[in-house]
Amino acid sequence: MSTTTTNPSHRSVLSPGTQAPDFTLRCTPDQSVSLSELRGRPVVLAFYPADWSPVCGDQMALYNETLDEFQAFQAELVGISVDGAWCHDAFAKHNKLHFPLLADFEPKGAVARAYGVYDEKDGTCERALFVIDSDGIIHWSYVSPTGVNPGANGILSALEDLRTKSETTAAAK
Amino acid sequence: MSARIPLTLPDPERDHISGSADGLIRLLEYGDYECPFCAEVQPIVKEIQRRLGDDLLFGFRNFPLTNIHPHSEHAAEAAEAAGTQKNFWGMHETLFENQGALDDDDLAEYAAGLGLDETRLIREVTASVYAPRVREDFKSGVRGGVNGTPTFFINGERYDGPLDLKHLLSALTFQST
Repeated sequence: MSTTTTNPSHRSVLSPGTQAPDFTLRCTPDQSVSLSELRGRPVVLAFYPADWSPVCGDQMALYNETLDEFQAFQAELVGISVDGAWCHDAFAKHNKLHFPLLADFEPKGAVARAYGVYDEKDGTCERALFVIDSDGIIHWSYVSPTGVNPGANGILSALEDLRTKSETTAAAK
Repeated sequence: MSARIPLTLPDPERDHISGSADGLIRLLEYGDYECPFCAEVQPIVKEIQRRLGDDLLFGFRNFPLTNIHPHSEHAAEAAEAAGTQKNFWGMHETLFENQGALDDDDLAEYAAGLGLDETRLIREVTASVYAPRVREDFKSGVRGGVNGTPTFFINGERYDGPLDLKHLLSALTFQST
């Protein structure tokens, strides 16, 4: 067991304005995806503790139903947990997910650590959301209590805000 | 999406409502006819309606998770179609009571059992006549903070407590005082 504090603070969570650390993770047993490949449009990173746990199922199932809303902002959604690619594959098929699940599996939790959302005590990702702008800068982040499905509203508000910001910037040019 | 829809309160102008439009306790449910938790809570909602009577305004909006519940979309549209034939609540209850049988043939049978025009109902469901309405419900839920089903809002606030009669009733009556 880890000796880390039982009440993990979120001080280390990467905050808005920070460059989102690049990563390359498996999205299927034989394919990988890098964050930098998604540059040019907003990216939503949804870290979650585990495939198959009921709340996670709800959260990913909910995002699966809201993909049209994310796509209206040209945003790319990816789920990330420490489960392996084969586990993700079975989970995604079972829930008919239409977005990629990335395996933060080897070294375990490295990407979650880089974003400051690794739960040392449980050895899983925390339930954390990041909205990254088209230049790869973190625009919004949110860490939910592990047992609480954060829903999609915060993500959609952040994407709206991002669009307003880019329109304002474009108008000022 | 229309910005005019109140996301967390039943809207007597728009929603299927039950109880009194003047009820001071306003309960809004976002639900899915194929969700087992929604079916489980259905008798509790009925008991709440019975106990609170005209103090309660209850509204229901659709929140089908169509990928994990393949019959949920047509079931939601069938309830809407029944609503057009003035029997939303009859179909609503029938669907929850028969959650394991929600094929289109079953929907037609329930419509006939309720004395509705089943041919029209199935034609409308097949033609996705009410799909935009169901999607509008869904989107209002997402923006209102719905994170699964069922989600209840009591006087506009999301209720995150246990879904049993005692807790729901005490939250409802506490809110109103």
